[in-house]
This record gives sequence, C-alpha cells and structure tokens, in this order.
Amino acid sequence: MGEKTHYDVIVIGGGVVGTAVLRTLSRYQLKAALLEKHAEVGWGATKANSGIVHAGFHNKPGSWMAKLCVAGNQMYDQLCDELDVPFLRNGLMMVARTQEEEEILQQFYQQGLANGVPGMEILDGDAARRLEPNLAEEITLVLRASTGGIVAPFELAAAMAENAAANGADVYTEVEVAGISHGDDGFTITSKDGGTWKATYIVNSAGLFSDDLARMCGLDVPSLIPRKGEEYILDQRVGNLVRHTIFPVPTPKSKGILVIPTAEGNLMIGPTALEMPYKDELSTTAEGLDEILSFTQRLVPKISRRDIIASFAGIRSGSPTGDFIFETSHEGKAVHLLGIESPGLTAAPAIAEHAAEMLAEGGLSLIEKPDFNPRRPKVIRFKQLSDEEKEEVIKENPLYAHVVCRCETITEGEIVDAVRRGARTVDGVKFRTRAGMGRCQGGFCTPYVVKILARELGVSPLEITKRGKGSELLTAEAKSFLKGGETNA
Amino acid sequence: MAIDTQVGEELKRKMTCIVCPTGCQLEVQRDGDGKLSITGFQCRRGEAYAENEILNPRRVLTTTVKIRNASLPLLPVRTTEAIPKELLAEAMQVLAQVEVTAPVKTGDVILANILDTGIDVIASRDMKRVEGVA
Amino acid sequence: MLNTHYTDVAIIGGGPAGLAAALAARRAGAEHVTVLERNHELGGILQQCIHNGFGLHRFKEELTGPEYAYRFIPQVEADPKIHVYLNTMVLSLSPEKEMTAVHPVHGLINLKAKSVILAMGCRERTRGALSIPGTRPAGVYTAGTAQRFVNMDGFMPGKRVVILGSGDIGLIMARRFTMEGAKVEAVVEIMPYPAGLARNIAQCLEDFDIPLYLNSTVTKIHGKDRVEGVTISQVDDNWCPIPGTERYIPCDTLLLSVGLIPENELSQEAEVPLDPRTGGPIVDESRETLVSGIFACGNVLHVHDLVDYVSEEAEIAGEAAARYALKQTADGVVNGKNGMGGQFTIKPGDGIRYVLPQRVTQGAEVDLYMRVTQPMDAITLSLSGVTLARKRQVRPSEMLKIKLKAQHWDSLLEDGKAQGRELCLAAEPRL
Repeated sequence: MGEKTHYDVIVIGGGVVGTAVLRTLSRYQLKAALLEKHAEVGWGATKANSGIVHAGFHNKPGSWMAKLCVAGNQMYDQLCDELDVPFLRNGLMMVARTQEEEEILQQFYQQGLANGVPGMEILDGDAARRLEPNLAEEITLVLRASTGGIVAPFELAAAMAENAAANGADVYTEVEVAGISHGDDGFTITSKDGGTWKATYIVNSAGLFSDDLARMCGLDVPSLIPRKGEEYILDQRVGNLVRHTIFPVPTPKSKGILVIPTAEGNLMIGPTALEMPYKDELSTTAEGLDEILSFTQRLVPKISRRDIIASFAGIRSGSPTGDFIFETSHEGKAVHLLGIESPGLTAAPAIAEHAAEMLAEGGLSLIEKPDFNPRRPKVIRFKQLSDEEKEEVIKENPLYAHVVCRCETITEGEIVDAVRRGARTVDGVKFRTRAGMGRCQGGFCTPYVVKILARELGVSPLEITKRGKGSELLTAEAKSFLKGGETNA
Repeated sequence: MAIDTQVGEELKRKMTCIVCPTGCQLEVQRDGDGKLSITGFQCRRGEAYAENEILNPRRVLTTTVKIRNASLPLLPVRTTEAIPKELLAEAMQVLAQVEVTAPVKTGDVILANILDTGIDVIASRDMKRVEGVA
Repeated sequence: MLNTHYTDVAIIGGGPAGLAAALAARRAGAEHVTVLERNHELGGILQQCIHNGFGLHRFKEELTGPEYAYRFIPQVEADPKIHVYLNTMVLSLSPEKEMTAVHPVHGLINLKAKSVILAMGCRERTRGALSIPGTRPAGVYTAGTAQRFVNMDGFMPGKRVVILGSGDIGLIMARRFTMEGAKVEAVVEIMPYPAGLARNIAQCLEDFDIPLYLNSTVTKIHGKDRVEGVTISQVDDNWCPIPGTERYIPCDTLLLSVGLIPENELSQEAEVPLDPRTGGPIVDESRETLVSGIFACGNVLHVHDLVDYVSEEAEIAGEAAARYALKQTADGVVNGKNGMGGQFTIKPGDGIRYVLPQRVTQGAEVDLYMRVTQPMDAITLSLSGVTLARKRQVRPSEMLKIKLKAQHWDSLLEDGKAQGRELCLAAEPRL
C-alpha cells in the first residue's frame, strides 16, 4: 500500500481537530490528505465526547483554551449550518449546593466575564428551577450561559471530512502511522502495514498519540495524560428531564460529572475522570456507573439506573500543562497540536484556523479556492420530516419507506446514504444514522445493516465489521463448521 | 437433570420429560431382570418417553438446508419423526451437503430415508422462487 | 394532504397474535380487516423459530415455528376481506385510532379504524440495560439476533459461545449452535433456577452436556475488537458478584438471553396505560385496553411461554374488536357501553408476579393467566380468599391458566370479599 501523490499537507489523526484542519485546508489551492488509523474518522476521543459546546467560563483568562473556546463557540452556528450537523444552543448551567460552591461559582462568573463570554447570568435556585423543574431542591445558585450548546461530535467530524473530500482532499482510513522521516523531498510517512505517504507539510492532530508523533519528529514534549471517561446513555423517554447541560462546580481535574442532553434527544450522564496507565483501555466499570449515578442524582434526582440503555468509555488526552500545546518542528513545516482536551471540541474550528496560520508562518501558501463549496448535501433524517416531505422522499427513493431500525425510525435510504458518504462499518452506520442506537441496541436491525453494507460495498457479509479489521461480526457461512470437520453435537 | 444411579443391571434414572412444556420430573427404575417401573408422569406420553429414553432415545431433528433462488439462503427442515439420538450429528453432516432449489412447499420431502432410518426430512415452510437471486 | 383509508379492525403486527386476531375478527363479522406488518412476510418471529414444540395444545402436534405460522397464513391470505400490508411500518397511533404507516409503494398511509388490535410483539433485553462492565467488542448478540443470522441469513456469528441468561431462546440457540458445529461453553443464569422451560434444559443443554451455571453472571467482557472471553462470577442473594469466584472462559461470542420486553412505544403514543409488572397494557377480559376500542394480544401484552396461548388470547381480542367495530355507527359513536366493562381490578398478591387480565367484569367466567414469583412444589391459588385451584411444581417460566368460574364469583360476592372492587390473587404454598 502506498500513495504516489506528493501532498502539500498531510494531517495525521482524523478526530474532530484533524478533520477541522483538513476542511480548513480544503478551502485553499493545495493538495491535502488525512491519515486515520481507525476504520472511520472521528473514532478516537471524538466518538466518546460528550458533545458539549462550552461557553468559555471554565478556563483561565489568557489561555489558549479560553481564547479558542470562546472563538470556536461563535463559529458553530455557521459551521453546523453549512455541514447540516445537528447543533442546538440549549444553554448550560453550573449549579452550586453549598456556600463554598457558591463562592467558586461566582469566581467562574467573573472568569467568564474576563474571557468575554456573552449571555451569562446568575440565578438563585428557585429561578433556575423555573427553567429546569427537575433540578434538585438543594441547589441554591446557578450560573447560566445561554451560548452553551450541544452537537453530535462524531457527525461533525464525519461531516467535515466529507466536505473536505468533496473539495478535493483525500481521506485514508485504517492507516496507522509508524514512522515519520524528513529529507530533501519533504516528509515521508510510513504506516504500520508498509504504506508510504509524502508531503511537504504535516499536521499532527493525533490526539492521545500526538505526543508519540511529536517525538518521532524530534520534539521533546511532556507525555499526555490518558484520562478515561465513562458515559451512560438514558432512554429517550426521559430525554427531557433537563434541557440545559447541567454542570456541578468543577474539581481541579475535570469539569465534573454532568447531565447532558444530546443532539439526538437522549440524556447522557458522565463522564468519570480516571487517569490511566494505558491509552487503549476502554472498558466501563461497575464502580464508574455507581459514581456517575450518585453524582448526577444529586443534580437531577429523577435520574434512574433503570433508564440506562447504553454505556461507553473514551480516553481524553489530558494536557500536562493544563492548556492546549502548539508546537512546530522542521522549521515550521510540521505543526503539532497536543493536549487538546476539553474544551477541544468547542475550540476545534478555531484550532483549525490557528493551525492554518501556523502552516502559513512555516511558508505554506494559502490561496483561497474560488470554487470551494462549504455546504455538504443535506442529510435526509426521515423521522424529522413532515408527512408531505416523507411522501416526497419516498416517491423519489422507495428505500426511504423501508424502516430498518424500528426504535429510532431509520430507513434503508438513510443507511445507503450514510455508506455513500463514507460509512464502512456497522458502528459507522450507527453513529451517522442512529440505526441501532435505540432501546433494542441493534437487536432487530443489525442483520439488515450488515446486509445493506455488504450490498453497497460489494463485499461478503463476512467482511463487514463492527468497527474495522478484527471486529468482524460474522465468523463463517452456515454449515461451514460441519463440512469435513468435527461437530460437537 | 438426568441423573443415573447404576448397580449392575439395576438402574435408577431421574429425567425431565420433554414431550410437552409441563416438563414432568420422571423417575425410571430398571430391576435386575430388565423390567422398568416409571413414576412421575402425568400422562401416557410421558410414560412412553421415559421408556424410550432408557431403551432407544430419539429426537426430532430440526435444522436448515441451503436453498437456491429463494428470498433466503436457508430452508428450515425437520425429520417427520424422531430419529435415534446418536444419529443427530451424522444427520447434520449429511444435511450440510444438501442444496435445494426454490420453489418448495411445506411438507416437501427434502431427503428421503435419512441414514436408513426410514424417516424423511421435509421442508417446514414454503419458499417461493425469486428470479435474479443465486 | 394524505388520503385517509378506513377499516373496521386494524391489526398492528402480522405475527402469531396478529394472524389469529385477524381470522377471529372475520369470524365475528368484521367486514374490513387490515393487517399492518413491518416484515416482508407474515408470521413474525415464528419464521426464525425453526425448532419444534409449537402447537401441542392447539393442534395436538409438535410443529416447528414456520409450520405453526402456516396454519394461519394461507387462511389470512385467502380471505379477500383481510387486507395485508407487508413491509409496512406504523409510525404513529392516536387514541382516536388513527394511524400513519409507511409503505414502499403506497408511501405514507393514513388509516382510521373503528377498533385497533395491538399485536407488535416484544423485543429482547440488551446488554446496555444490564450494563455489564467491560469493552464493547463485536461478538455480543441477543439470542434472537443470533437466531436470525443462523437460521435465516445463513451465517454463524461465532464458534465458541457463552450464553448469559437461561431464557428459552438462549437454550434453543445453545442447541442450534452445537448442532451447527460450534462449541457452547456455558449457559450462565443469575437466578437460582433456570428462566426457560424444563424441557428445554433437558433437550437443549443436557442432551449436549452443556454446563448450566446457576447463581452466576457475566461480570466482564474481554476483547478489544472481537470478544475473546468473559469472566463469570457467582452471585450472592442480592445478585452481587462474590469476590474470589471469578472464572475466565475463552469465547468469541456472548449471547444474551436475559428476557423479553413487550414493545409498547406505539401503545404509549396512543395513551394506553401500561401495567409495570407485565410491561404491557392493562386490559379487561376482552383484551380491551383502558383506551376504548384499542385491544392488545400476544407478547405486546405480556410475554408468553407458549404460542398456543398467544393464539388463544388473540382470538379473544379479535372477536371483541370486531364486536366493538360493528357496534360503531358511521359517525364514530359506539352504541351501548364501551367494550366489555371490567369494573373489578385483580391485583397480584403473595407469590404472584402478575395476573392478566387486570380488570374483569362482575360474574364473567374468564381464564386468568399468571406467573408465579419463584418455583414452588405445591400451591393453592386463591382470589381474595376464595380458592380457585391447586397446582404442583409451578415455575416462573411457565404461565399458569386458571378459570374464574361462576361459583367463585358467588363466593366472592356473598361473603363480601370483593369489597372495593379490588381482588387479590395469591399463591400459597401447601405442605
């Protein structure tokens, strides 16, 4: 495997930061590519991100985090409109239950003012409960920020990659970088399975692994701190317990355990914040669940263990300095984006602009493309259409009348569309369309999704994976264990 | 639980009757002369089942065979009667080699006299012919 | 605007309940019956249940699932007054019995019915609802999903299998996987007794020497991309894993057979009140829900052990829904009282997990269906102190059926035991 094109820029790591960088680069007259080690973009920390678009009061004035969070927040309306990604400014609330917490909360309010966060207000407990009747009685003071929002993080990354590709960028998945060298002809990147890619500039947006990559480039950077977070998703039935994202007063290590409405109408609770010795330990634990439940029930007492329908864990790349780290190597021809932890999702579009500026400082010429199309073709979300619109899309394509996922009312038309936009795996379909995300968690629709993927990709169902090589769903054709072999019967 | 206690020719076995969903707990005793005494059944079929389990245990085999030109790749089949239990695995091997072509009707004989038991394997559903499907 | 179609009886679901209800509604005189089925064929889950054991009560034969379905399907298809819509998903249902459905050729269909029968069946409980700690690799399936892959789609999801839960589908799949040449390492059940029928323990596990671990559960799933093994542990009386009892079992597949949940999202949309014990609607003896003219039967109402009882229940609902529709005049007013009444409430008491119907009309001779809370050797079943029946060897896996007779009503009413119009059904152990 290998690529003959000599790229102007190769972005390594297709999380929400890498895909944002790729899309930003696709505005210019240059040849850019993205290398992602997973089967699809957005599958590292991005997929497990809570989806909160932060207001910007959590971070110290003058920090990159504060600056790029506030700037990124303001870019979200246009970005999500252009890319047709669900985004809602639902507002967020930090809640205090004791006098001590009230004092800390007031400090955050002042910090927000210093950071230039618009739309903040302080409410007493009763006023807050008029907005959010399910908040705990014990809550006495609330900092509300109306600019806080929620977005579907994976969809955003996928949409940015899709739009970048539509504007001429190349996206390579299942490419894990093993080595980077630099010579007269620029960078040579080798992948684990022996492929090589060439580029004049590189952007290291490898998330949790960006420290390893920076070291490959000769930089002496401190190690990132893998921090595991478990999250639990509640049934849509209780999706409207709260409208705002509810934060406790934070601890030094994390923003605490939250109650988060998702862009899809579920509630999510979490995350935990456990420092890990490994970067790939993604299990959920009974202790994590207990911790999350006991914390969030103090914010919203009606949250119940019974309503949990799914769980997942992600690893975020904790920054050793407490701020985003931006470095360059090779005379500015390699740009390294490290320690992009919360509020990294919010800041991502602003980080991408900053990365482009850093590349320009290193000599990359950025000339706008006259034919750049910022818009991604609209995604048909059948369930959300009016009856008349439903009639219309079915007439156009009867596959939209075949409901594959009953719990979320996702049609075959939407799944086929997702595959055409880049989904390659069952999880890829699930995260793009929500097929399999509902109450039955794919019990009914998985066999159909496998069939549709196999048909659309022109491969055997045996090759269809949950999330890339090694995670094949099916082991063998029926009867193959019986032919010539021993049976256990 | 099928629990055996055997002393010489004498045998005492506890078992669950599988004839119907009631699942009676049966007890069979075989004395030194080979005579059986059965208790615990609520109907005659249970008594017969217990006797068979000692003398000649049999099971109805339900499985699938491959089918061409149908909307599904597999056709469910079953034996018309119970076959000796020890033949189940071999019967599965034999049926793994069988491939039929749609259309098929419920009750069609798919494989006659499987393993010389005198018992046929029949289709247990209809399967229409679908053109354009391998 | 969408055209509205009209029907006497609309049946949502063309599985065993929907099929029997449609035929019963026609026999009771309904002139226009509509069956809405989301799959491409009738029969529902029976089509993937290729094992035998169906129909012993009803047909005195041991049929396979598809054969049982074919006892109904040809009759339904042959009746010109039963209109079957396949590949049709009902998207919404209102208490006024208006629904929107979607069909690949007809597009959106607006249907208004005089009466509606809910027959949507159930779904399987999943891992998320249980929150088994560990990673989320490929290779974790509900038993029913695996059944579909193996029996209909023609693929083996794995070669070394552990099954969590001893529900009947899991037991049946233990046998299927073994017969197809895979190895089933263990069935693990958290309760001290199996969830499935005793005959399935015998013919699906014991026949193949598959170990069944009671009082045990899966405490961790191992494997990054694909399942590589599970840890099982014994549990204490509160179902908490006992430290030190962990055991690792290598496997590539974990099947979940941990229960079924009636699928009542549409029912709830139509404001049909549910019984938290069954997960299905509260009904009277005609299987009418608390929303007038909406009936329910089959696994959407409560999870049955035998399809024979589903058919029986569906016939009650089908007949009653037809009668309801016939009483209705063109302007939608029902002549006479709504449905059957059901002014007495039956509550489950000691030893009873649930009882159905939850409402009965005074004096009505009805079959009561119930499940007990735990296995018991010998019990007396009594309704507010009036003895109804005695039973031996009862288990939660089996549905019990007891007739409430006129003489019981006499005792209930004479002695004033039925005060407050609330009756209590209890199972008392006999020595």
